[in-house]
This record gives sequence, structure tokens and C-alpha cells, in this order.
Amino acid sequence: MYDDSENYDPFCFSIIKQRTMKNKFQYIVLLALIIFSVACKKDNYKAPSSHLTGRIQYNGENIQVEYDKVPFELYQYGFGKVGSIGQVFAPDGTFSCLLFDGEYKFIIANGQGPFKWKQTSAGNPDTLVINLSGDKNIDIDVTPYYMIRTPQLAVSAGKVTGTFKAEKIITDASAKNIESVSLYINKTAFVSATDNIAVTTVTGANITDPNNISMNVTIPALVPTQKYVFARIGLKIAGVEDRIYSPVQKLTF
Amino acid sequence: MKKIYLYIGMASLLAAGSCKRDSEFLNVQPTSIISTDLAFENSSNVLSVLANLYNRQVDFSTVKDWATMADFSESFPSENGRANLVQRNSWGYGEWATWDYAYIRELNLFLERLEASTTLAAADKAQFKAEARFLRANYYFEMVKRMGGVPLILKSLSYDFSGKTDDLQYPRAKESELYDFVISEAEAIKGDLPIDTKSSAVFCARATRGAALAMEARAALYAGSIAKYGAGTPTVSLTGGEVGIPASMANAYYTKALNAAKQIISGSVGNYALYNKKPDLSENFANIFIDKGNNPETIFIEDFKLKSGKVHYFTGSNQPRYGAEEEEGGRINPSLNLVESFEKLDNTFAPIPIADGSGNPIYYTNQTDPFAGRDARLAGTVMLPGTSFKGRTVDIWNGYVLADGSVFSGDDRGQQKVLPGTTGLRQVVGFDGPINAKEFTAQSGFYLRKYLDPAIGSGSRGTNSELPFIRYRYAEVLLNAAEASFELGNTADAALYMNQVRLRAGLTTPLTPADITFDRIVHERRVELAFEGHFFYDMKRWRLAHVVWDGVKMTVTDLLSDIGKATKRNTQPYALWPFKYYNPASPNDGKWLYRIVLPSLVTGANTFQMGNYYSAIDATVRANNPKIVKQPNQ
Repeated sequence: MYDDSENYDPFCFSIIKQRTMKNKFQYIVLLALIIFSVACKKDNYKAPSSHLTGRIQYNGENIQVEYDKVPFELYQYGFGKVGSIGQVFAPDGTFSCLLFDGEYKFIIANGQGPFKWKQTSAGNPDTLVINLSGDKNIDIDVTPYYMIRTPQLAVSAGKVTGTFKAEKIITDASAKNIESVSLYINKTAFVSATDNIAVTTVTGANITDPNNISMNVTIPALVPTQKYVFARIGLKIAGVEDRIYSPVQKLTF
Repeated sequence: MKKIYLYIGMASLLAAGSCKRDSEFLNVQPTSIISTDLAFENSSNVLSVLANLYNRQVDFSTVKDWATMADFSESFPSENGRANLVQRNSWGYGEWATWDYAYIRELNLFLERLEASTTLAAADKAQFKAEARFLRANYYFEMVKRMGGVPLILKSLSYDFSGKTDDLQYPRAKESELYDFVISEAEAIKGDLPIDTKSSAVFCARATRGAALAMEARAALYAGSIAKYGAGTPTVSLTGGEVGIPASMANAYYTKALNAAKQIISGSVGNYALYNKKPDLSENFANIFIDKGNNPETIFIEDFKLKSGKVHYFTGSNQPRYGAEEEEGGRINPSLNLVESFEKLDNTFAPIPIADGSGNPIYYTNQTDPFAGRDARLAGTVMLPGTSFKGRTVDIWNGYVLADGSVFSGDDRGQQKVLPGTTGLRQVVGFDGPINAKEFTAQSGFYLRKYLDPAIGSGSRGTNSELPFIRYRYAEVLLNAAEASFELGNTADAALYMNQVRLRAGLTTPLTPADITFDRIVHERRVELAFEGHFFYDMKRWRLAHVVWDGVKMTVTDLLSDIGKATKRNTQPYALWPFKYYNPASPNDGKWLYRIVLPSLVTGANTFQMGNYYSAIDATVRANNPKIVKQPNQ
């Protein structure tokens, strides 16, 4: 076996290298000149440098959502074709974009998120105008159908127990029922209906007292072993696709 | 003196050649481009143009690309480059989109130029026109299934370089208007299309009266179910009707679907019948897709022909790999989810029996035993372990189960090892796998049989296959009629239509009208039409997609319960692996046992979001034409 692969030269490149070494230098200089002559223009634009950060909230409390499931759109007009700058909210309801200064229009498309976003009389999502010059932090108010109040997550004897109160926020004609509530656990901080290792679900019909819902879920064998899990409660609203969640909590045992 | 004639001769030749005007001299017609006049001069030229348009039809599933059949947990894709099909958690909003207005424009141009042609025979002209209108309607049908209402453009549009494009910007038509268009076009053209006499095998590669009616039946059925079941998902609609059909229109559509289907069933548009030529019912079912000579079941196909350039390599991609012509294949592995949904011969649903009541494994003498007594379509659709293809038995088993229940296996195809307590090497894993993450092995424990061509050379790169892809077939027409009858409240007729299809599958006990439920309709289409491009659209139009693909990982309990239920979760493809039992002290030594496995590559769970019901219209399209409204929930 020939395993000295660094010196292995099946096509004898080394011979070619030696022969052309004399001419090569001139080419390198020439090439460098050409590159320098076209490269000395400055770039037209600076990179975007203004941070737009914020969160979706209701009465000062973040709306907790699922990772990569609740998108919003930013539009900037005046540059020819119009398309959205699509982004998603982080699981804790915050967002962060790096943008150029200018005027942006912010919307959350219909049917996204476990909450109501204001609509125009025609039924289109209403626009929030954001004037950006330098960094900016905004709180975006939305009205959720439900809020998960006083979530308490605890671990004991290989089980995670969660108790909470489901408060109905929207009680007018557009009120919606609870389809189900679930307690999720996962090995990482991404805990949701999609990302979990175990889940317990109680359907809306089986909830006797929304002010005191209690569930528990058994922790399965963790491979590789770890001495903690992340847990979270999710509430599915009938007729609404996205769930509203409680904050993710790390539980060590 | 004689020379003078020569000079005169040469001079006159020169003069003759130079009397062209300069402008004419430069005006040379290209020889490589056929002018419009020439193309539409006689019927064989027109047919050539039309052939190009035929060739550009769009199918959801096609034998030209195996991966188009591999999604939705109905199968496991046994090619590591495609593992994302089972690793992703959701589909992008843009997935499945089609927006080929260049094709629409060329169909419109074809129709206009055909109309202008004066040299064609009237009968030829009428047929060509009807064929082009069929193709246009069929593509609009394909678009409305994926995109909802789209701009309905029925003439060629041209830009006049004025800088204004307003007159070229069409808004989206209503979803119902698209379906109405498909239905009315089918009615308008059917008289000009020939009746398929089945005298020639390739007849049904072109539009026929039966094809137009089959398209009409399917389109009306889709529209009816969107109207009816769309009521359950009010968020999947737009106020302008571009997406969503009012529930009040459902019955009218179902009636149209039933009438169109009945015309085909009555035999008035051609001698269509269920394929019934082989005594072995599974072989008979597989043969529907293989038999090109006088096949009464096919209504409209995409044809292929060896040595013509138009061939496909579906067999090569999916054949049992061991001992195959190219030593490659094995890609589509039907999932246990699909396999167990084929019912038993007494019309009941049950999991594949692998354990007795107290949880002990059942030992089988023959590898095919656990699948015995089931719907013949199972073995006709799926290559079960222990069955054979091209005379070679597939070698699917994962390893030995030892007396203590542990598995002794290998990590390469047909690997040999020494079993504990023995001497000498022996094979400990099948040559066709299954081995986790080993591509091209039967990782779900099954291979695909549907569309696999038994002809010699079909699995060889130099030859390929000429099996047709069936777009419309008679069994689907019967099931369309059954569904439309059921939705119109006539369960007796529904049972009558459905029982014909079931009888051909060996289910000899007929279903009574009381047995016909929505679950039955859903189930029958799933098993009869598996891998034919229907499953996904069916789930969409019944608004079941977000229910069965709800993003929740499946447990084995999920897998084994509620078989035959329309709302059964189907988010991850499960596998059923055969093992050999090794325990010389036991009478079961050497027998087969089975275990349910989730292939290790399956890490995602299908999530069908509400925004997936209608594929996103590209931002560029919407920027160019602000009249296009966005899809709901995106």
C-alpha cells in the first residue's frame, strides 16, 4: 500500500510546476494588476446596521409561541418591485432584524399567531408604520384568545407536573374554545408540539376547571443521559392554527 | 472559334445568377425554423406541434421522478440524499406551486393559429382544437388544485412596448370559476374527440372522449368536496372567492361528477372496463400498469417507447436491488402505515399480526404468511418480503433474533458473521436489507411493486422502461361515481360502484349500503390509487391534510389503532422488519418473526399548516401584477 498521500503525485504535477515556474511570476503580477485595477471602486452601499428589535405582548406580557411558526412581514416601498422581508418570532415572542434606515410597514398576515392582529374594514391585516433611524425597540400589542396564567412546572420521581390557569381574553362574538392543552418536554430549549420527547394532552372537553388545570408527563429515557429537561405548556385554540405557550422552563432533577 | 460559345455560356450563367436584387439576396429563409404557415399547413405538421404540447403536461406524481411519489409518510425514501423527506417537520408554503403561463400562452397561440389555418381538413381541425383545449383545461385543473383560483387567460397576450402593462394584468379568478371552466370545456370538446375503440394500444395517449369526461368527473368531484369540506376550515378561504367554494354549490358539483362518470360507465364513450385478465388477483392488479396491449382500464396515459428517446428509469430506481440488472434501485419503500391499511378479506381492518395476545412474537414458517388473507392489492402494490420480482425472491430480513430476544445483525447487505454458540460464518442480514440508513435497502421492510416493469432491460441504464404512466383509469372513475353518489345520499349506488373495484381486489363479500361511510370512501381511494398522485390532493380537498399530518410524532399505539379511519394520524413512515429466529432448542428455530421499527433516519414529523393548502404565489409574480391576491394563512 502506498499511503504517503501527501507526496503521492499520480499526474506528475511537480514536473509541470518546475517547468513553468519561470513564466509564472509574470502572470501573477499581471493578474494582480488586473484585479487591483477593477477592485478599487468602493461598494455602493454600507451594510445594514440598524437593529429593529421588539416583542409581541399583551398588557406587558410576552406572547410565547412556537419556534419558526409565527411569521411577520416587513415591507419597504420605493425600490421597484415590492416583496416582503419575511421573519418569524422567537419562541419567547421577541424578534430582531438588522435593517437599513428607512420607513417600513409591519404586518402579521391573517391566520398567523394565537392572537388577533388588527384588521382593516376590508379584512386585510392592518399596517404598523415603523420609521427606522438607528436602533429601535418596539412593543407590538396583540390580543390573544387565551393567556396561560401562573404556570407552575415541577419535576419529581421521573415526572414533570404542570399546573396553570387558562384565562379567556377575547370573550366577545369572536371568542373561541380551548381545543386541547398539552404539557411538552424536550432535551433542548426548543419545546413545542413539533419538538418534544414526550407529551401529555388533555382535550378541551375534559377540562373541568380552566382556572386550575393540572397535567403530568413521564420523562422517557434520555440518550445521552442528561440531568435536566425543558418543559412548557401549550394551549390549542379551536380554529386557530398556532398554539400559545407558557415560557420555557429548565427543570433539573 | 468554339471558345466563344464557352465564353457566352459562362457569361449567361453569371448573368442568370446575378439578376437577383440585393435585398432579396440577403433575405434568406432560415432552414432550421419552420414558419407558422408551414407548421399549420398539414395535419402531420400540426400533430408535431401538438406533440410538444402533450409532452409538457404537469403531473403531481410521475414515473419520470420517483421522489414525486415518496412523500407524505406513505413510503420511506431509501436514498440518503432524499432523507429530508422524513427529516423535515413541515413543507414550505411555496411547495407544489406551478405557474407556467408560458405553456398556457403557447396553447392559446396554437388554438389561434389553428383557427387561422385554411388548408386543414375540417375534421382534423376540430379534433386538434379539442385536444389543445383539453390540454389547456387539464393544466388549469392542475393549477387550481395547487394554487386555487388563478388568472384565467384564454387568448395569447402580447406586450406592445408602450411601458404600460395594465391590460396584461389579470386578477385571480374564483376557485369555482376555474372548476366551472374545466367542466364546461370538457362538455364543449367531448363531441370532437374520438371514442377510444381500444383497437390500438397507444390510442389513449391522446385525448379521447373518455379522457375529457374522466377529467370532468374528477374536477367536479374535487370542486364538490372543497365546497362541502371547506366549510370545516373557514380560515382557508379568501373573501373574493379566489380560494374556497361556497358550501351551497357542493351538490351541483357532485351531480355533475356523477353524470360525467356515468357516461363512461355506461360504455357510451368507449369500451372501458376493469382490467381482469390474470387469475392471480395481485398479479392482475400489478398488470394494470404493465399491460400495454388492449388494456380496457386505461383512459388517458403518458406513453413511453423504447429506443425513441422517451423512456423512463422508474424500474431502475425502485427495483429490488439485490441481483438487479444494474445492482441499483430500492428507493421507494412503502411504509407500514400504508401496508396495514389494506383490509382483510372479511372487510375488517387489523394490524399485521406479529404478536399474540400476551405480547409474545408469532413465528411464521413462510415469510409472506403474516400478509395472507388480505386485499389482493397489497401484494399488487407492495413487494412483500418473500415475494419475487423477475424470478428472484427479494432477500429482506434484518437479522437473527436470539433466544433471549436480542437481535444479532450486520451492517452491510448480506453480511456474514458467526452466530454466538456456533462455528462458521453464516449470512446474518438480507441482501436487500433492511439496514438503518443504508440507502437502497428496503428500510421499511418493503419495496414498491406498482409500475415496476418485468421486461428484460427495464432496470438497466442503457435500456430503461416503456411502461406508461396512467393519468386516468377506469377504477378511479368508479370510485368517483361512488363518492359522488355517497355525497348525494345514494349509498346503494355508492356500494354498487365501490364493490366492483373491491371484487377485482378479491374482496368478495360486498359492502352493504349501510357500510358505505366517509371513512370507507377515503380508505378505498388510498389503497386503490396509492402512488398514483391522488392521495395528496384527496387529503387537501377533504380538508384532512392538517389533521392527518398534524406534526405530532407517531407512537406505535397511534400506528396500530384506528386503521381505516380517515382522520388517522400519518406523520412518520413506520417499518416492519422480518427476522429469523435462532434457538436450536425451540421448535420455532429458523422461523420468521416481525418487529415494528421506526427507521432511524425518520426524525421529523409531517406538519401540514393551514398555509399549505394552497401553494404560495411567488413574490415576483405578485410584484409584477399587483392584482394577484395572496394565499390565505401565509
